Amino acid sequence: MAKFDLNDDSVVVIVGSGAGGGTLGTDLARAGIKTVILEAGARYETEDFVNDEWSSFMQLAWKDPRSTSGNWRVHKDFPGLPAWIVKAVGGSTIHWAGASLRFQEHEFRGRTTYGDVAGANLLDWPVTLAEMEPWYEKAEFRMGTTRTNGIPGLPGNNNYKVLEAGAKKLGYKEVHTGRMSINSQPRDGRGSCQQIGFCFQGCKSGAKWSTLVAEIPKGEATGNLEVRPESQAVKIEHDASGKATAVVYADKDGKLQRQKARVVAVACNSIESPRLLLNSASSMFPDGLANSSGQVGRNYMRHTTGSVYGIFEKPVHMFRGTTMAGIVQDEARHDTKRGFVAGYELETLSLGLPFMAAFLNPGAWGREFTSALDGYENMAGMWIVGEDMPQETNRITLDPALKDHLGMPVASVHFDDHPNDIAMRNHAYGQGRAIYEAVGAVRTFPTPPYPSTHNLGTNRMSEKARDGVVNKWGQTHDVKNLFISDGSQFTTGAAENPTLTIVALATRQAATIAGMMARNEI
Amino acid sequence: MRTTQDGRAQPNLGRRGFLKTGAAAAAIVVTGAAIIHSGEAWGLETKSLAPQTMRALVIIARDIFPHDRLEDKYYAIAMKSWDEKSASDAATKAMIEGGIATLDALAKSAHGVTYAEVAWEVDRVALLRQIDHGAFFGAVQGGMLAGLYNQQDVWPLFGYQGESASKGGYIHRGFNDIEWL
Repeated sequence: MAKFDLNDDSVVVIVGSGAGGGTLGTDLARAGIKTVILEAGARYETEDFVNDEWSSFMQLAWKDPRSTSGNWRVHKDFPGLPAWIVKAVGGSTIHWAGASLRFQEHEFRGRTTYGDVAGANLLDWPVTLAEMEPWYEKAEFRMGTTRTNGIPGLPGNNNYKVLEAGAKKLGYKEVHTGRMSINSQPRDGRGSCQQIGFCFQGCKSGAKWSTLVAEIPKGEATGNLEVRPESQAVKIEHDASGKATAVVYADKDGKLQRQKARVVAVACNSIESPRLLLNSASSMFPDGLANSSGQVGRNYMRHTTGSVYGIFEKPVHMFRGTTMAGIVQDEARHDTKRGFVAGYELETLSLGLPFMAAFLNPGAWGREFTSALDGYENMAGMWIVGEDMPQETNRITLDPALKDHLGMPVASVHFDDHPNDIAMRNHAYGQGRAIYEAVGAVRTFPTPPYPSTHNLGTNRMSEKARDGVVNKWGQTHDVKNLFISDGSQFTTGAAENPTLTIVALATRQAATIAGMMARNEI
Repeated sequence: MRTTQDGRAQPNLGRRGFLKTGAAAAAIVVTGAAIIHSGEAWGLETKSLAPQTMRALVIIARDIFPHDRLEDKYYAIAMKSWDEKSASDAATKAMIEGGIATLDALAKSAHGVTYAEVAWEVDRVALLRQIDHGAFFGAVQGGMLAGLYNQQDVWPLFGYQGESASKGGYIHRGFNDIEWL
C-alpha cells in the first residue's frame, strides 16, 4: 500500500471515501495518479459490522455535533442529528441500501420542466442524460447493478411480495425488485446476497457494493492510493494565486497535519463539504472557498421522504432479507395533475424493532403507539423517495456558537419543507396506504421523515459561475484545482436514490481530472 | 415454557388479561431497600433512588409504553438505569425525584393517593398527559426507546428475530415464505 509524504505536492488529495471520494480515488490511482484519501472515520471491515441497530449506529454513524433549524420535523425530534450518515472508510456506501436508479431525462432540466415554481431555486443541470448515459453504464457495470449488464434481479422477500401484490391491484405496472447494487449472483470477487437484512448496518456477506469492499482495495492494489483513516479535514489552504495547495487535517490524536496537494477534491457529503469550504475562508475568499456565487451551503435538499407501514392479519416478517429490493416506479413521472411538480419512487423498507420504536412517531407514547408496535411481526413497510425543491434558504451555515472537538464551528442545517414537498408527500402517503389496503391491511400509518440519508445540492453544478459552485465537471468555478465529488454538486435532486449518479459523476470526473493533469491544466 | 425460533426458553407469557392491566401497583411491593414482584418472582435492590421511587418508575414505564404481552420485569430493567445514573449524578437523581414528586402531588390532588396507588390506567395516563412536555417525562420516555425496545429478550415477543448473519441470513430461513397473500 502506498504511503505519501505530507510535503509531496504532486498528489491529489480527496476528502472523504464514500461513493464520490472512494470511486474517484480508485479511478485516479488506476490512471497512475498518486492519490491520498483523508477519511474522518475509522476503518472497519466486513467482519466488524454488527447486526444490531443501536450498536451499529454507535459504530458507524456520524455523531459529531451539528445544529438544526427550520420547520422540518427532524429539527424537533432529532435537533442534533439532521442526518443518518456514516463516519468510516467507505462513507455512507456502508449504510446505503443499494438502490441504483438513473435519473430521468427531464430531471436534468428541472427549471425548464417544472417552470417557475414559487420559492424554489430551480436550475437546469449543465449536463444532460445523453451525456451521462455512458457514465451510468460504467457505474452500473462496476457496481454490478441488477437488471443491467445481464445481471438478474434479486429475489423478492416477504416485504416485497406485499408491496408487489398491493401495487398490482392498484394497477401499477413498473413494480419489481429494483436495480440494486447487491449481488444476485457471485460477481467481482464477492458472493451473492444471503438475505440477511441489516443492509443499513454494513453488509456482512459483502454482496452489497460499497467503496470499502469494491473500490478502495482495487485502488490500493495499484500502489497509487493511500487511504488515511481518522484524518478529519478542517481547512483547505491556497496560495496567493488562489490555487488550492494543501488540506489541513486532524490525525487520530487530534494533532493538526498539513498534506500538500496538486489537486483537492471534496467529497464529505452535503453537510460537511460546504462546512469545509466555509471553514476555509481567507482574506482572498472571505465568504468561504469557491463561494463567489454565495451558493456554497445553499439549496440543501434531502428528498421528500416519509414511510408508510401496514399491519396485516398474518405475519410478514419484513425485516427478513434485502431491505430495499422492491420498487414501484409509476409515480416517478412528472405529472402536475397530481397537484405537484416532479415525482417519487416507492421502495420497500424495514426497520428492526429498536429503530421502529425510535422512528415510528418520535415523542409519541401510549396505546396508539404501542398497539402499532404490537403489530410488528405482521407489518410491511415502504419508503417514499421524491424530488424536493431546492430553496436558497435551505442551507448549511457555520453555527455561530457550537464548535466540535477540534474547535471548528459545526454545521448548522436549516430546512423548511416547500409546499410542493408537502403536497408530494401527502400524495405518496395516500398511495402507500392504498397499496397496503388493497391487500388487506387492517391498519396503516405514515411515519415522518427520518434524519436525512440523501443530502444533496449544497455546492451545486451550474453552467454560469453566478448560479452555482461547480461547473459540469465538478470543478469549482473559482478555484481551478478544487473539485467537488459528492452529492453536494447535484443541481436538483431528482426522484431517484443518489448513489448511482454520484458514482457516475465521480467516474466521469476521474477521467476529466486525469486529462487536465496530463495536459498540465491543473 | 415455549421456545423461540433460536431455541431459547422463554417464560410463559400468556397475554395479560385486561383486568390485570394496572395491577402492577398491587404486584410490586417495597421491602427494605428493594422492590419485589410477587407475581413474576423477581426483586430489584436500589442503590440511589428510594425503592418507592423505583416502584413508581416501573408503573410509569408501563403506562407510557403499555404492551400487555410484556411482563413488568422488562419495564423494571428499562428503569434500573435511572437508579444507576442517579448514583453517580446528583442532577439526574434530582430530576427523577422531582418528577415523581410532581406526579404524586397531581395524583393526590385528583385522587387522594400517590401516582402508584391510582388504580386505573386511564387515570394515571391522564396525569402523565399533564407533564408530558416536561424534562422528566421526556427523559423517561426517550430513554425507554432503547431501554425497553433494545432488550434482546423482548424481541421474540414481538416476532423480531434480531441478528441473522451468523445463521446464514434468511436465504434458507423464510425470507420469502409468505403464503397468505
